[in-house]
Amino acid sequence: MDLLIKNGFVFDPLNGVNGDKMDIAIRNGKIVESVTERTSKIIDATGLTVFPGGVDIHTHIAGAEVNTGRLVRPEDHEKDFVRKTANTRSGVGYSIPSTFITGYRYSRMGYTTVMNPSMAPLEAKHTHEELNDIPMLDKATYPLLGDWWLVLENLSKGDFEECARYVAWMLRITKGYAIKIVNPGGLESWGFGRNVHSIDDEVPNFCITPREIMCGLAKVNKMLNLPHAIHLHTNNLGIPGNYTTTLETMKCLESIPNDGKPVAHITHLQFSSFAGEDWGTLTSGAEEITKYINNHDHITFDMGQIIFTDTTTMTADGPFEYTLYQLSGHKWVNSDVETETSGGIIPFRYKRKNPVNAIQWSIGLELALMTKNPWKVFMTTDHPNAGPFTAYPKILAWLVSKKAREATFKRLHRKGQRRSLLPSITRELSLYDLAIVTRAGQAKSLGLKEKGHLGVGADADIAIFNLNPEKVDIAQKYKTFRRAFSNVAYTIKGGKVLVKDGEVLQQSAGKTMWVDVQTSQEVEVDEEIKRKFREYWTVEFDNYPVSDHYLKNSSPITIKADV
Amino acid sequence: MIVLTPLKKYQYPIIAECITPDVFQGKTKEELSNLPVWEGNKKRKLGELFKIDVTSVKSPDITIIGDVIKVKRIGWGMTQGEIVVNGNVGMHLGKKMSGGKIVVNGNTEGWTGSQMKGGLIEIKGNAGDYLGSPYRGSTVGMRNGKIIVHGNVGSDAAIYMKSGVIKIHGNADSFMGFRMTGGVIHIEKNAGTRLGACMTGGKIVVSGILKNIMPTFALELIKGKVKIETGEKAVGPFYVFLGDLAETGKGKLFVSKEKNPQMSQYERFL
Repeated sequence: MDLLIKNGFVFDPLNGVNGDKMDIAIRNGKIVESVTERTSKIIDATGLTVFPGGVDIHTHIAGAEVNTGRLVRPEDHEKDFVRKTANTRSGVGYSIPSTFITGYRYSRMGYTTVMNPSMAPLEAKHTHEELNDIPMLDKATYPLLGDWWLVLENLSKGDFEECARYVAWMLRITKGYAIKIVNPGGLESWGFGRNVHSIDDEVPNFCITPREIMCGLAKVNKMLNLPHAIHLHTNNLGIPGNYTTTLETMKCLESIPNDGKPVAHITHLQFSSFAGEDWGTLTSGAEEITKYINNHDHITFDMGQIIFTDTTTMTADGPFEYTLYQLSGHKWVNSDVETETSGGIIPFRYKRKNPVNAIQWSIGLELALMTKNPWKVFMTTDHPNAGPFTAYPKILAWLVSKKAREATFKRLHRKGQRRSLLPSITRELSLYDLAIVTRAGQAKSLGLKEKGHLGVGADADIAIFNLNPEKVDIAQKYKTFRRAFSNVAYTIKGGKVLVKDGEVLQQSAGKTMWVDVQTSQEVEVDEEIKRKFREYWTVEFDNYPVSDHYLKNSSPITIKADV
Repeated sequence: MIVLTPLKKYQYPIIAECITPDVFQGKTKEELSNLPVWEGNKKRKLGELFKIDVTSVKSPDITIIGDVIKVKRIGWGMTQGEIVVNGNVGMHLGKKMSGGKIVVNGNTEGWTGSQMKGGLIEIKGNAGDYLGSPYRGSTVGMRNGKIIVHGNVGSDAAIYMKSGVIKIHGNADSFMGFRMTGGVIHIEKNAGTRLGACMTGGKIVVSGILKNIMPTFALELIKGKVKIETGEKAVGPFYVFLGDLAETGKGKLFVSKEKNPQMSQYERFL
C-alpha cells in the first residue's frame, strides 16, 4: 500500500529543503513523486518535524568485542532489562544491549541505518551472525585492515596495486564496507608488547611507519573507488598532548589527491584532541584541530561525545585499553588477534566531578561547535566507548541549546569548567544543521546514495518527530526537544511504519550492505598464501571467508576499481 | 503490623520486591493484595500467594510466618521499618537496603544484604553464599550497615565490602572478604580458605581456626585486642597479618594465636 506523509515540516539538507511544509509520497519502499491520495494510507504530520531516517557512522553494535563485553558485564544487564511484548522480544543491557534491543532502541530514536566499525576479519562470521539478528536497521561493517600483515607487507614493498587487490579481496570475503584503520602500526607492535608513539615510529618486523600505512591505504581507497573514505582511529589516542599527532596525521593525508572529496574520516576525534603534558595539565586541543579542519576539505570527523554514565569501553586499540586499565584498575580483557589486530575491553564510569572527564565532555562539544561546516561533523558517542547511543538526544540538546550546555556545565568539576572553551561559544545548531550531523552528512560521507535524504528514488527511511519548529524554540525549550528526539512520533523504514509514538509496532529485518569491488585482476590464491594461513592463522584458508549464506539479507554494492 | 502467611508450598521461584515496609506503608488490605509479584514467568497478585492479615500491633511492620525459601527480593531497597521472618528466606533478602531492620528466625539463601547501604540484618540460622556481596560482575559491594549471622556462612561473602560490620557467630566458607576495601568482619569460629584474597583495606578477625593463610599476607605484629565496633572488642591475642601484598593492599587479618598453633612458625619473621 502506498503511503503519504502530509503537511510535515520537512528538513532534507541533501536536497536543500529547510523546514518547508511538504508531502512525501512512498511506493514500494521508495520515495516517489506522487501517489493517489484516495488509495494510500495517510500519515498526518501537521505540526510535526520530518527528517530522513538517521544514519550512524560509528557504533559498536556487533562482533566479537561487543559480545565479550556482554560476557564481562553481567551487572550491566541486571540494571536494565526489557520484557517481551506482543511485537518485540526481550533483552538486556544498558551500555551493551542485546541485539534485538539495539534495533528497537535505535528505531525509537528515528535511526534506520547504522555502521558497525572495527570488525576483526577473523571474527567476520561472528559479526555477521550478530548483524543478522539486529532488526529494524540497515547495517554495514568495516573490517580492520590497518595492521593486517598482507597490507603491511605490500605497503612496505611499495606495491600499492597488489595491496589494493588484497584489500578488495578482503572486503569481499569479510563482506565489509570500508577500510577501518585503528592506531596504525600500534596494534601490530602490541603483539610484541610495544606501541608506536608518533606517526614516524617504525613498526617492528615490517620496516614501515604509521604515516606510510595511512597514506598507502588512503591511496588504495582511492584506487578501489570505495564509497567511504578511510575510517581512521588515530595513533596516541587517549593520551594527553595527542592533538599534535592528530594534526600531523591530517597533514600527512593532505598530499593524497582527492577531487574535493574527503580522503579520511577521523573517528571519535574527541579522544584525539587532548592538549597538555599529562592528566594533571590536560586541556582542550579543539581550537587547533578545528582551525585546521575549517581550512581543509580532506577530513571529516565524528565527535565521540562523552556522556556522564557507567559504560563499557571496547576498541581494537589494545595498548590504549591497557593504559585505561592502569588508570581505572577495573576488570579488563585484552587480546592480540593473530595477524590482524588487537582488542581490549574495560568498564568505565565517566564522572562530572572528575576534571579529566569534565574536560573531555567539553572537548567533544567544542569540536562540533567550532567546526564551521556541519557537513564535516557527525554526532556519535562511539557507542559504547564514550556513552551508550541511547544518550544521543542529550547530545543533540547540547548542540542546539546553550542553555542545555550551561545546565550541565555548572555541575562539572571546577577545573574542567576553568579549562573549557564552551562559555565563549554561543553557536546553537538549527534543525537543518541537526539533520546534517545526524543523517545527511553521514550518508554523504558513507557514499550511501539512497539514504539520508528524501528526494525521489531514495529509500523510504523517514523519522517524524513530535516537535513543531514554528511553535517551539528549541534553544530555550531543550527538554521538549529532547523528549521529542528520544521517542519519535513515527519511524518509517522501507515504507513500513515500524515505530509509532515510541512504541515498536512491528519488527523488520534490515539488510547488510557490503562492497563488491571488481578489480581487473583477482588476488592469486596460490600455495604461498595457503602456507601462510597454515603457519600464522588458526583457521584454514578455506574456512576463512564469510560465505554468502551467512548474510540473511545481503545487499552488495558493486564498484569498479581502477586496478 | 501486616502478617503474611504463604497460602501453599511454592513450586516456582517468586519475585516479590514489593514486600518492604516502604511499599506497604499506608496501604489498605485490598491495595496490598493487589501488589504485583512474579511466580515463575506468570504475573500474580500478592493476595493470590499470601494470606494477608492486618493487626493493630505497631512493631514490627511486616511479619512473615512460614517457609518462604522460594521468595526472592524481600526487603529490596527498604529504607525504614522492620521485617521479621519466622522461617527460611530466599535469595536477595534486603538487597540494596539503606535503613531499617530485618530479622530472620531461620536460614537465608544467597546474596543476603547484597549491596546494602545501611540498616541491620540479623539471621538466627545460617546464611547462604554471597552474603553482603554485590551482584555478579559488579564492583559495588556493601557500603554500610550491619549483618549478624548466628549460624554459619557460605562462600564468597563480603566481596568488595567498603564499609559496615559483618559478625558471624559460626563458621565461614572460602573467599570471604575477596577484594574488600574497608569495613570489619568478625568470624567467631573457623574461616575457610583464601580469606581476604586481594583485599586492600578493612579488617577480618578470626577467633577460631584459619587452616591456611594466603602466601601474599605478611605477619606484622601480635596484638592483644581488636576493636570490632564502638563498645565491642575481640580478645586475643591475635597474629596481625597485612595484605594482600599482591595488590599492595593494607588490609588487616587478625588470626587467633591460641587456636592456630600452626602459625607460630611465622613468628620468626617478626
